[in-house]
Amino acid sequence: MGLLGLVYYWAFAILLMIGFYAVIAKPNLIKKLIGLSIFQAAVFLLYITMGKVDGGTAPILQDGVSLYSTPLPQVLILTAIVVGISTTALGLGIVVRIKEEYGSIEEDEIQERDRQ
Amino acid sequence: MIILFGIFLLTLLVITALAIVRSESLFAAVILTGIFSLLMAANFFLLDAADVALTEAAIGAGISTVLFLGALALTGEHERGGTRSRLLALGVVTITTLIVIYATFDKPRLGDPDAPVQQHVGTWYLENTPKLIDIPNAVTAVLGSFRGYDTLGEVFVVFTAGIGVLFLLGARSAGRPGEIDPANVPDEGLRHYLVPRVVGRMLIPFIFLFGLYVQFHGDYGPGGGFQAGAIIAAAVILYALLEGEAQALRALPMRVLKWLVAGGALLYGAVGVAGMLLGGNFLDYSVLASDPITGQHIGIILIELGVGITVTGVLLCVFHAFAARGKA
Repeated sequence: MGLLGLVYYWAFAILLMIGFYAVIAKPNLIKKLIGLSIFQAAVFLLYITMGKVDGGTAPILQDGVSLYSTPLPQVLILTAIVVGISTTALGLGIVVRIKEEYGSIEEDEIQERDRQ
Repeated sequence: MIILFGIFLLTLLVITALAIVRSESLFAAVILTGIFSLLMAANFFLLDAADVALTEAAIGAGISTVLFLGALALTGEHERGGTRSRLLALGVVTITTLIVIYATFDKPRLGDPDAPVQQHVGTWYLENTPKLIDIPNAVTAVLGSFRGYDTLGEVFVVFTAGIGVLFLLGARSAGRPGEIDPANVPDEGLRHYLVPRVVGRMLIPFIFLFGLYVQFHGDYGPGGGFQAGAIIAAAVILYALLEGEAQALRALPMRVLKWLVAGGALLYGAVGVAGMLLGGNFLDYSVLASDPITGQHIGIILIELGVGITVTGVLLCVFHAFAARGKA
């Protein structure tokens, strides 16, 4: 396997930082939330990658199969995905309220209005 | 061979993510996140995580896109563009990426059977699922029974987030959701578009059926309350998009949805308390029937039902909260 076995982790690192870049560099609040969900998806990928075992199959027990990928990371991530969408929805709700109060969802314009 | 396909998918993922960040149109970015999630789901499937792939496809590619579009309709779909202190951000991101990649060289390779994650409690779950729970899907066994406390916590997080959105957006909206005069249904949705309407109408019953199958077959195959909740919510949202939100609210009024949100979480908690009253611990299902394994089966079916009800309720409440805001 060698270095090829690390490709998933590299993709995790790159996706994580693409998401993080959107969070820190983009002034638009919706873009920040999209970046946050990319960041989140990268973490999901990390967990699922760790659970995979060579020659294993999905952890649904059946006769004649003895090797399964470990179920625990999958359980953690399954619930995390649903929690992730709920918290993203909460974030979007806050963005909508900010738009209604400030008339903008660009970070610098909001800060400018706060200073006035 | 699988690793090659994996690398192909990962490359597509990175390209999509870059396109999302670079795109100036938020609408395009949101549609691209749908594609991103679908690619991610394919990747999860390659990595043996069938349950997670199902969840990601239903939530990431389906519901999340709709919610983002609902928010875009209220905030405007164009980014003003421009990036603050771009070089600094790029520098930070590049250095962190390199450090994380450097750190991965110490990690066990993909699929290494000696990796720490394969040694500890995960193996214990796989060995004891047939003995203690006796259902084929180990993911459901861990989710529902072995780690039932975690799942209860997650359900309450989902519940709290739903309540939060209702607090933020539910108040002050002019057309109070759920109380629309049936004689005066506004003309909305895709009613005048023949093809989406016919195809959508044909699909909705099957989506419901599939959702119920995923809900109740979760012990035996990939599935369970989280996925089923998302799929059923998607069916109702599709109905709302085709026939207009008012029609969907007539079929499933807001007060019913609020009961669903609370009822599912309460059902989950009640199963735990029932275990205590019958002499076991909180969320110990073995005492629910005379035979401990039957008790586990009953407990898991009930808590999965609770999860499904809460997830459906929360996702639909959030959807209606955004949609009602647009009309206010």
